[in-house]
Amino acid sequence: MLKKEKKTILIVDDDQDYLFQMKTNVKDMGFDVITAYTLKEAEDIVARTKPDLAILDLMMENQDTGFILCHKIKSKYPDLPIIIVSAVTAETGMLFDVTTDEERDWIKADLFLDKGIRMDQLHKEINKLLKI
Amino acid sequence: METLNLLVVDDEPGIRSGVSRILDNYSVSYPFMDDDIGFNVKTAETGEEALEILKGEPMDIVLLDNKLPGIQGIDVLEYINQQKMDVVVVMITSYASLDLAVKATRQGAYDFVPKPFTPKELRASVETITKQRFLRRMTEKMNVEGRQVRFQFLSVLSHELKSPLNAVEGYLRMMEEKKFGNDLDQYLDMVGRSLQRIQGMRNLIMDMLDVTRIESGKKKRKIEQIRLCDICQLSIDSFQPLSIQKDVDVYLNCSEKIDLYADRQEIEIILNNLISNAIKYNKDGGRVDVSLRKEDQKIILSVEDTGIGMEEEDIRMLFEDFVRIKSEHTKNISGSGLGLSIVKKLLDLYNASIDVESKPGEGSCFTVVFNAGQQNN
Repeated sequence: MLKKEKKTILIVDDDQDYLFQMKTNVKDMGFDVITAYTLKEAEDIVARTKPDLAILDLMMENQDTGFILCHKIKSKYPDLPIIIVSAVTAETGMLFDVTTDEERDWIKADLFLDKGIRMDQLHKEINKLLKI
Repeated sequence: METLNLLVVDDEPGIRSGVSRILDNYSVSYPFMDDDIGFNVKTAETGEEALEILKGEPMDIVLLDNKLPGIQGIDVLEYINQQKMDVVVVMITSYASLDLAVKATRQGAYDFVPKPFTPKELRASVETITKQRFLRRMTEKMNVEGRQVRFQFLSVLSHELKSPLNAVEGYLRMMEEKKFGNDLDQYLDMVGRSLQRIQGMRNLIMDMLDVTRIESGKKKRKIEQIRLCDICQLSIDSFQPLSIQKDVDVYLNCSEKIDLYADRQEIEIILNNLISNAIKYNKDGGRVDVSLRKEDQKIILSVEDTGIGMEEEDIRMLFEDFVRIKSEHTKNISGSGLGLSIVKKLLDLYNASIDVESKPGEGSCFTVVFNAGQQNN
């Protein structure tokens, strides 16, 4: 009998506490987790392996690092679902600089979420994107 | 050459052709403007005709006679106001009553030119308007840019303040759910991290207040003669717990007594930032050299470390607000990202320069040069 493979989730964030918490929580949901702390680390990981889903922080080294990383990953793996999380959504009405369809189309993120999201909600969204 | 559209509204043919002739080939220059400004003159015989032209194409300046055959000049002015058009209106009139003058000014008329006028008078009036209009545009543009900068600053600030809140909240949630069982010791790291993040947030708020005070110019400064070596030593002493923890040796090289006229608190902030950075971003077991020397009229302070160093491209952004170099080496080091931007702002007050030399993996050297010759800030 084939054992069902665990899905792997890549989490990229420059806040090591948030990274640790996400790793713990997402592991508890029953996934394998790889983490990256910088844009470069994330790019290295994506060059080597293909995760099943990626969760990216929006503001890392620069204000739009998350967007750029998202664009790069999507160019390589168009079918890899990506969630962009950010702490600035509430104040700026989520859109920050993404106002046009063209920009959205360029970024190609599947979902934008606020960092304050509850873990059970996040779990639901992950399952939806992974079609579990 | 930039061209402004100017509309003359007058029922006297002589005035219309006169204005066209006077302003033809006339241009206004201003030291702040890149380009001279010329005029494209249109004419209207009646108020009705003027409204048609105004509906059709945007005008920059309108020279308006009040006494017209149909609707009056003041009605045209009212229309321009209602439509919130960006137009400067000058009333040209032979018999301006006080009543009309008050009414027209209230409606936003910028100037009055009495009829008859000489070419010189007309040109002078048009020149004033053009310059005033240019300055108004510049002010508006700068206001908009200022607002954008403030908004950007606020959104980065809110991000920097929310991140520690999220981190602490996350740890509290994990404890609430007893993620790691009932043993309290399993959570001590999280408590420690939470306390660190709270301290970081407190530092950020203090730094923020410093930035705001410096930028508003409201900070009370007390310029006095201060002995730099003593302040360096004090600063080094105050970071001793940190340097012991990192096993970094800090040396002060100051062979002569060097005095500077400055605000003691400001110099302390500068030194504290440079010295604490040199310790924080050092390798375990590394060293820091703080040197002070005088060359002619210059006082040179350098803080050199044997730390992690920086890439060329990182140095360029180093003195901007909230810039922190993120790498594997810096992820355990906390900072507000404001320290060096504060240092730069303070040094600007003294017309002092700061230079950075750095090699990744080998260390950085920050050199500050005070000009002791021009010391009366």
